[in-house]
Amino acid sequence: MLIESVLAGAVRGGTSMLYPVLGETIAERSGVINLGTEGCMLAGALAAYVVGIETGSVWLGALAGAAAGAALALVHAFMVLSRGSNQIATGLVITFLGLGTTALFGQSYVGQGVNAFAAVPVPGLSEVPFIGRVLFDHDPLTYLSLVAAVVTWFVVFRTRTGMKLRAAGERPEVLEAFGLSPVRIRYVAVVVGGSLAGLGGGQLSTAFTRNWSENMTVGRGFVAVALVIFAAWNPLKAIGGAYLFSGAIALQLELQARGSEISKYLLQAMPYVTVIVVLAVMSRRQLQRSPESLARVLG
Amino acid sequence: MRSRRTGTLAAILALGILVAACGDDDDSGATASPETSAPTDDTTAEAPAEGAAPAEGSLTIGFIYVGPKDDFGYNQAAFQGSEAVQAAFPAVTIMQAENVPETAEAEAVMQKMIDDGATLIFATSYGHLEFARNLAADNPDVVFVHQGGLEGEAKLDNLGTYFGTVYEPVYTAGIAAGAATESGTLGYVYAFPIPQTLANINAFTLGAESVNPDVEVITLATGSWCDPGLQAQAAQSLLDQGADVLTQHQDCTKTIIEATEAAGAFTVGYHADASSLAPTGWLTGSEWNWGPLYIDIVQTVIDGGFVASAFNGDYRVGLQTGDNPFVQSAFGSSVDADTVALIDAARERFVTGGSPFSGPVLAQDGSIVFAEGEQPSYEDIETMDFFVEGVIGAIG
Repeated sequence: MLIESVLAGAVRGGTSMLYPVLGETIAERSGVINLGTEGCMLAGALAAYVVGIETGSVWLGALAGAAAGAALALVHAFMVLSRGSNQIATGLVITFLGLGTTALFGQSYVGQGVNAFAAVPVPGLSEVPFIGRVLFDHDPLTYLSLVAAVVTWFVVFRTRTGMKLRAAGERPEVLEAFGLSPVRIRYVAVVVGGSLAGLGGGQLSTAFTRNWSENMTVGRGFVAVALVIFAAWNPLKAIGGAYLFSGAIALQLELQARGSEISKYLLQAMPYVTVIVVLAVMSRRQLQRSPESLARVLG
Repeated sequence: MRSRRTGTLAAILALGILVAACGDDDDSGATASPETSAPTDDTTAEAPAEGAAPAEGSLTIGFIYVGPKDDFGYNQAAFQGSEAVQAAFPAVTIMQAENVPETAEAEAVMQKMIDDGATLIFATSYGHLEFARNLAADNPDVVFVHQGGLEGEAKLDNLGTYFGTVYEPVYTAGIAAGAATESGTLGYVYAFPIPQTLANINAFTLGAESVNPDVEVITLATGSWCDPGLQAQAAQSLLDQGADVLTQHQDCTKTIIEATEAAGAFTVGYHADASSLAPTGWLTGSEWNWGPLYIDIVQTVIDGGFVASAFNGDYRVGLQTGDNPFVQSAFGSSVDADTVALIDAARERFVTGGSPFSGPVLAQDGSIVFAEGEQPSYEDIETMDFFVEGVIGAIG
C-alpha cells in the first residue's frame, strides 16, 4: 500500500532528521544559529559507528555520537560566544571541519562491519494493521526521538529552565537584570543542540543505514536547520518537519518503484523542493515567531 | 527588517540545500566529493633500479582518480591496478593523485605530472576525458589513456581509451538472480541513467529473463553515487514491492546489502566481493581486476608501440578478446550446480563471439532494438539509451 509504505518510510528515514531539528531548535531558542549542524551529524555518525564496533555496544556508540556532536558544537559556541565571531560563517566552517576530519579518521572504517541497532517491534501494537508498521516497528533510537521531542517541548515551554532559554533568545537583558548569564545559557543550549545532532548522525550510521562513508549526511544537517523554521521553533512541530522531508523521499522512491511516468529528476528534487516551497510560503509569518536575538545575527 | 531577515536566512538555507542536492554527479561509478577534499598530489617516486632497461627506468606514469584510493570500489580497484604496474615494473616511477574532480582542476593536476616528467597518464574517471584530450593535443610526447570513455572524432596519436565489457559478468549475475527469485521481482538501485549503467541494468535483466522469462526488474535512481540514507529507503521500497533479489550500481554498496540481508532477500554485488556482508543471501557479483590490462598498456608504451597498438583508439576487452578486467565474484552457497552450469554456458557463448545483447532484444515498449541475429558493436552498447523489456522505470 502506497500510503502505508510512504508513512513507514517517513518515520524510518525521519529519525536522523528529527534529532538535529530538535537540537537546532534548542540552540536557536537561545539565540544562536548553528549551521555546523551538518558537521555535528557527521561527527556523531562516525563516532557512533567506531565506538559501536570497538566496544561492541550500540548504546555506547550512540552516547559517543552525542558526545562528538557536542564537542564540535562547543567549538562553535566558543568561537561565537567567547570570541564574537560571525555565527553564519563559523557554522559553515564547523561543517567543513566536521566533513574533513571525519573523512580522514573514517577512512579505515569504510566498508567495515557494523554493530547496528536492530528493529524492536512493540509487542502487540506492531501487529495493528497500518499503524503497527508505520509507528511501532522501528529501532530504539526512533522511539527515543519521539520521547525526546515531547520532553524538549515540555522543558522549553513548561519549565523555568525553558523560560531562561527563551529569555536568552528573546530578552537577554532581562536575564542579566536578574543576575543570570545569557552567554552561559547559550553555551549549554548550543552544546545540547550539537549532542542531539550527533545522536541523529549516530542513528543514521548505526541504525538506519548501517554504514559509514565520507560525507554520508549529504546535506541533511542543512535541511534540518531549514526545518526548524518550518516547525516555528516548536519541538512538537519538528516531528512533522522531519517526517515531511523523509516522507517526500519515501514518496518519490515509491512512485519510481511503481513505474511512475513522472520524470525521475523531478521526483529526486521533490524533497528539497518541498522544503523550499514550504519555507517560501511560511517564512514571513513564521519569522514573526523567531527568537529576537536571531534578528541580530541575520540583520 | 523582518522581510530582509527572511531573505538572508532563505538564501543561506537554499545554498546549503543546493550543496546537498548537487552533491556528486560524476559519471565514472566513482566515489566523489571532490569539492570537499583537496586533491592530493602524492608523488611516490622510486629511484630507478640498477640494471633496468633504460626505457623502463626513465618512464614516469601518472594516475589520477576521481575519489579516494581506498573507497572499496571503483577508485580502489584502479589504484590496485597501479600497484600491479609498480610490481611488474619496479623501475618505473609512479605518481598518484586522488580526489581529482572532473573539472579544469584535472587538467592542472595532469599538467603538473607532465611538468614533473610523466610521459604516460592514466585518467581513470569518465569525466576526466575532455581534460585529457585537451592536454593530449598540446603534449604530443605524452601518452594519455582514459578509462571508460570513447575517443570521439579527433583521433590523436597519443590518446586512447580502454575498458572492460562490464556487462558480461553482470549478465551472468542476472542468470543467478533469475534462478534464485521466487517472487519474480528483482530490484536495481542506480545513480544516473548513463549508458554504462543502462547497459548493466539491461544485461542483468536479459540474463535473468534467459532463465526466468516472466521476471521483472524494478529500477530506482538515487541521483547520487553514495547517499546511504537514500539507499536505505530505496532498498526498503524495493523490498516492499516484493523484490527478493537486490543489486546496484552505486559506489558505497554496504547499506543496500545490509538491508537486503536483514530482510532475508538475495544480494548481487558490484565493484567488490561483499559476500562477508551477506553470508546467507549472497549470490554472486562483479568486481574489477585492472592489473593485467594496465601492465599490457605500460609494456606497449615502453616498447614504443603505442601508436600501432589497439590501445591508440577505443580498446575494449571482453571474454572474446582476452581477460576482461571485470570479473565474476565467487558464488554464494545458495547457487546450485544447475545455475552454475547455465552461467558457464553463457560465458562460453561470449568467449566464442556472442554478446549479452545478441538479437533479438526488445525495448521496454516492445519495439525491436537489435534484430534477430544482430550482434551489436561496443559502440552500440556504450551509447545505450533505452531499457529492455522487463525493466520497470523511466529513463528521463
